[in-house]
Amino acid sequence: MQGWLSIFIMLIVGLAFGGIMVGLGVLLGPSKPSPEKSAPYECGMPAVGDARERQSVKFYLVAMIFLLFDIEVAFLYPWAMALRDLGWPGFVQVVLFMGLLLTGYIYVWRKGALDWGADK
Amino acid sequence: MSFLLPPYPVIFGQIAMFLVVLLGLVHAAAGMVWVERKEAARMQQRVGPTRVGPFGLLQPFADVLKLMFKENLKPGAADTLLFYLAPLVCATTAFAAFSVVPIGPATTLLGLLDEPMKLQVADVNVAVLVVFAIASMGVYGIVLAGWASNSKYSLLGGLRSSAQMISYELSYGMSLVGVLILANSMSLTEIVDAQGASLLGIPHARWYIFLQPLGFLIFLTAGIAETNRAPFDFPEAEQELVAGYHTEYSSMTFALFFLAEYINMVTVSAVATDLFLGGWYFPFVPPSWGIGWLIFLAKVGALLFFYVWIRWTLPRYRYDQLMTFGWKILLPASVINLIATAAGVLYFGL
Repeated sequence: MQGWLSIFIMLIVGLAFGGIMVGLGVLLGPSKPSPEKSAPYECGMPAVGDARERQSVKFYLVAMIFLLFDIEVAFLYPWAMALRDLGWPGFVQVVLFMGLLLTGYIYVWRKGALDWGADK
Repeated sequence: MSFLLPPYPVIFGQIAMFLVVLLGLVHAAAGMVWVERKEAARMQQRVGPTRVGPFGLLQPFADVLKLMFKENLKPGAADTLLFYLAPLVCATTAFAAFSVVPIGPATTLLGLLDEPMKLQVADVNVAVLVVFAIASMGVYGIVLAGWASNSKYSLLGGLRSSAQMISYELSYGMSLVGVLILANSMSLTEIVDAQGASLLGIPHARWYIFLQPLGFLIFLTAGIAETNRAPFDFPEAEQELVAGYHTEYSSMTFALFFLAEYINMVTVSAVATDLFLGGWYFPFVPPSWGIGWLIFLAKVGALLFFYVWIRWTLPRYRYDQLMTFGWKILLPASVINLIATAAGVLYFGL
């Protein structure tokens, strides 16, 4: 229990440190706002349109594939701890599980979801 | 100290560890800025900072002071709350992730304490999970910064960064499962202790890097990508995206992003040292000498030097190359490494 409390305190300490630094910056720095300063930076040219435009769907695709595989990794941690108790049967089960995921991986690969270059 | 009530030394020790870790990380980040500039300068046949303090050692502190007195700019169309929350998220997660990393063997401070004190803020039995759980929260800060700024470069940088970090997170997380299998523990202290071995009373290296060379390579590569460092520094590819997600940040909010990046580098190096490089163990140095924490710091320092070395040696990847490398090479390699390790452990009965 004491360990978890310490991690929590460390979170608070980190947050406080960051907050104090930002607060000092706001407090000590000058504040002379002007329309030019509050414009988004676009290399000196006047900003064109809103920044929140449509983005490539690839980013969402990668996020979804990541979720699937990351859950796989989350399963592997407890398995790694229990490997010696489970022995070869446990090993075979995880290899079969990996085989299932491999099918999905090959599908994703063949569909081109992992290709970020120019369209072929 | 036995005349004191038992909990007091523990509480003082704990508070001391908070201070050591907090100040240590801040100064490690400042030191890394100096090392980075000096090393870069030497590699380019320059001398680097020399004016502020001996060998320019006080340069990072001068930079922070300067930044503190600069105006804090915020784009007019930005989301104020998220804009200020983002650097805080980055810095907080960077600090908290280090809290479970042991920086040396338990010590009595040369007999000052009755009970040996652990050189880490929090000793939990799933330290490996905690480091990665907290450290990967840092991506929220980057995404928030990119989105809240309402600037095109920031948004692109934030998106790129999140896609890159989650892509490499997989191989990052999987590359160390081999070590977990070998050590049969998720506590960083126990993993390090599993690497200490002696033959005829002489300590020798039984580091996991020798049993897991591929795992170490994948861990380090993915770690460099996770911390957005060259040759994977796409979020801030200055020739393409100005400064990526922190384009619109100035003054101390900008400094916090920098601080978080350097602390994350230190954390990755420290975890790599604990997992693969034997932590505070070194051949021919018996633990009774009590210099374990120095050995640990030297190993972390060597890895950090390597980090900067890589940056000034390798050119940046192209973005499609980065994603292809992460998904099509690093991920299968880490799976193969994992299965081979598990089979090896079962077959040889390690």
